[in-house]
Amino acid sequence: MNPAAARPSSRPFPYRVVRRARETADVATFELSPVGDALPPFRPGQFAMVYAFGVGEIPVSVSGLDDGEPTLVHTVRAVGAVSRALYGLRVGDTVGVRGPYGVGWDLASAAGLDVLVVAGGIGLAPLRPLILDGLAQPGRYGRLTVLIGARTPSDLLYRAQTRAWGAEAHIDVTVDHPEPDWRGDVGVVTRLLSRGTWSPSRVCAFVCGPEPMIHAVAGELVRAGTPPHRVQVSLERNMRCGEGFCGHCQLGSVLLCRDGPVTDWGRAEPLLAVKEL
Amino acid sequence: MTTSSSVPGAVISASEGLAALVDVLAEDRTVIGPTCRDGAIVLAEISTADELPHGCGVELEAGRYRLVSRPDAMIFAHSAGPQSWKTYLHPQRERLWTVDRDARGRLAFQAEDVAPPAYAFLGVRPCDLRAIAVQDRVLGGGPHTATAYRRRRERAFVVAVECTDPGATCFCTSMGSGPGVGREDGDAAAYDLALTEVLDDEGHRFWVRAGSPAGERVLGRLPHRPGDAPSRVAAREAVAAAAQHMERAMPPVDLHALMAGSLDAARWDDVAARCLTCGNCTMVCPTCFCTTTEDVTDLTGDHAERWQRWDSCFDLDFSHLHGGPVRASARSRYRQWLTHKLGTWHDQFGESGCVGCGRCIVWCPVGIDITEEAAALHAESADRQAAAEETP
Amino acid sequence: MDTGMGPRTVAGRLEALPDEQYDRLMGLAREVSFPAGARLFEEHRAANQFWIIKTGSVALDLHVPGCRAAVIETLGPGDLVGWSWLFPPRQWHMGAEARSTVRAREFDAEAVRRLCGRDPALGYPLVLAVAEVIGHRLECARTRLLDLYGPYGSEPPR
Repeated sequence: MNPAAARPSSRPFPYRVVRRARETADVATFELSPVGDALPPFRPGQFAMVYAFGVGEIPVSVSGLDDGEPTLVHTVRAVGAVSRALYGLRVGDTVGVRGPYGVGWDLASAAGLDVLVVAGGIGLAPLRPLILDGLAQPGRYGRLTVLIGARTPSDLLYRAQTRAWGAEAHIDVTVDHPEPDWRGDVGVVTRLLSRGTWSPSRVCAFVCGPEPMIHAVAGELVRAGTPPHRVQVSLERNMRCGEGFCGHCQLGSVLLCRDGPVTDWGRAEPLLAVKEL
Repeated sequence: MTTSSSVPGAVISASEGLAALVDVLAEDRTVIGPTCRDGAIVLAEISTADELPHGCGVELEAGRYRLVSRPDAMIFAHSAGPQSWKTYLHPQRERLWTVDRDARGRLAFQAEDVAPPAYAFLGVRPCDLRAIAVQDRVLGGGPHTATAYRRRRERAFVVAVECTDPGATCFCTSMGSGPGVGREDGDAAAYDLALTEVLDDEGHRFWVRAGSPAGERVLGRLPHRPGDAPSRVAAREAVAAAAQHMERAMPPVDLHALMAGSLDAARWDDVAARCLTCGNCTMVCPTCFCTTTEDVTDLTGDHAERWQRWDSCFDLDFSHLHGGPVRASARSRYRQWLTHKLGTWHDQFGESGCVGCGRCIVWCPVGIDITEEAAALHAESADRQAAAEETP
Repeated sequence: MDTGMGPRTVAGRLEALPDEQYDRLMGLAREVSFPAGARLFEEHRAANQFWIIKTGSVALDLHVPGCRAAVIETLGPGDLVGWSWLFPPRQWHMGAEARSTVRAREFDAEAVRRLCGRDPALGYPLVLAVAEVIGHRLECARTRLLDLYGPYGSEPPR
């Protein structure tokens, strides 16, 4: 054992909800502020284990980071017992938070290249801090393109903010099921790839969404000439501890909580190709 | 070392010497050793050497375990029982933290902070010694360290006993983890004391080596005599004979590569037709470490606890994502267990997760044999390769 | 040119044809434009043309009595609008409407079919390009059937 190099397993730290914004009918964004000591700083793409009192704990990516501030922003979709409890939180409520866990997005590897962000559904949440980082350092990267897919226009996250990004980045949005007043695109997000003005061989892509969507997007990019190591994807598996002890998040050779959730397509593709791995 | 003789180690008698060892260890430790109970060799707290399984042996086969009386008085001539030392170092259920909510809704988390007992493990077989080292890597070798495990582990005193009578399901030789403990001068971290039981015309005794300063201190307090050449030779021969008697073996191939190349093997369907996905193999495996968590609340509703308990990759809920399990079929769950144990464990932790103890073979209700499955996968892979070479 | 995924659109495919074939095909096309809201075609009518979009957006829709036209998919620059002209009964499955000002190349379907019949060396790659479009759209439609962004992925709520 080499305990000197390792961080001890941790209990949750109490964080208070200081802001809550309802994004859609089943998605809400929370800003959390530490009640006492703060956790170490998070990086875009990393996740926290968030505990709802008496209900349980789930992994949630950071969807916003305030540089130099200890606040954490998380966007939660109510799909299970814990996420429903988190969705129902109100300002002033307290949750438990552990982290930071996992390997985040490697935006630095995109220096000098075009940046392509492809998000499906709630997959935009872990990508938002990356987009904000990219927008904050315009000289470092080439063109920034953000492609967003959602189920319906009402399911789009961060609507006002994504419109504002349009001033400095190319933003394209598509939905599966349009509503009567929807004037934007209809269809899967992969259809938007053909509209880009970025160059496949000089782009670094960051992709998050349902696994078949990740597969389709990464597959098209690689076929168009993007090297697999320049396509970063964020994957999801069952997680209990976040610290590499519980074994639940295995995807073949990868322990997603420790080696992921962000991994490059060169590594992910052969693993995702095996059914039920 | 406490002896100045040219033969390393010392010799203690199987009566006074062993009794004194238990007494000395029990002074400030909880001594755990093999006992005879419920028709099996069961690890339990002992206070005297009399509680050890004198004259007990076992008959093992795939899906079969029988306790038998030995014709001799050997104490440690039985192979691995249903439990392993993870029962103590990585217990089946443990509380991780508690949280209390006050009237204003504030939460106060309290990490579990009970000093663990100082254990002395008496009778750790070489395969299990390796298993402890494997769990050390998993629970303390990454970016995080399991605090409670580390505290129990650091305080534990390990008395290894080399294997002289392997069971029919044992295959430690082919995994390089037994039947001996390794180098005679001891591997600093592996054990505090290593014993080899010898019963011959010269008497019933143990050849003892200290592997740590703590081990030397304990040995120094036991009635012992310097290691003599006949005892040492008898001990070495008994261990060498055990290696010869090993009836099972893993196929002598790169198992890591075999597993990586076998994800689509037809054999998984064959084994899935037999496997009950009961998870017994994961419970008895000395390296299987997976856990899940349970959150409990008391009746006031203001006190909650997080408990960790063993989990099994054979459980449907193990891979649950919102919507359903990732590994829904028995095929995929058996494949996960075997390819992790023999294959991806190398990628994740730099070594094999199998130590060759044979417990998964014995305690499988339908007698699935990990060595047979690995051999079948190897045969299938070899066939595939041969077929590929034939077709230009 | 190495920009975007252009080569994977039908326009990109056709640009990859040998110059002589490309020129002959383009000889059958004319530049057209539609104002926003213009109908390119209606369901069940004869499919006599097809278009390759240069700029703007076209929505494919299906009329359901009592409802507003349901938009199935939108098409953009480089995309093929219409493939029903290639197979019997050569009738449109859907309607198409310009969502913005659309500039496109319009092809006379009958002339293209005749050209393909006369010159299989041109007809084969053209039919392949259209088949690839159809295959891709089928793939996309199937993916959408899964309702992956739905509350429980492809699973019913438990």
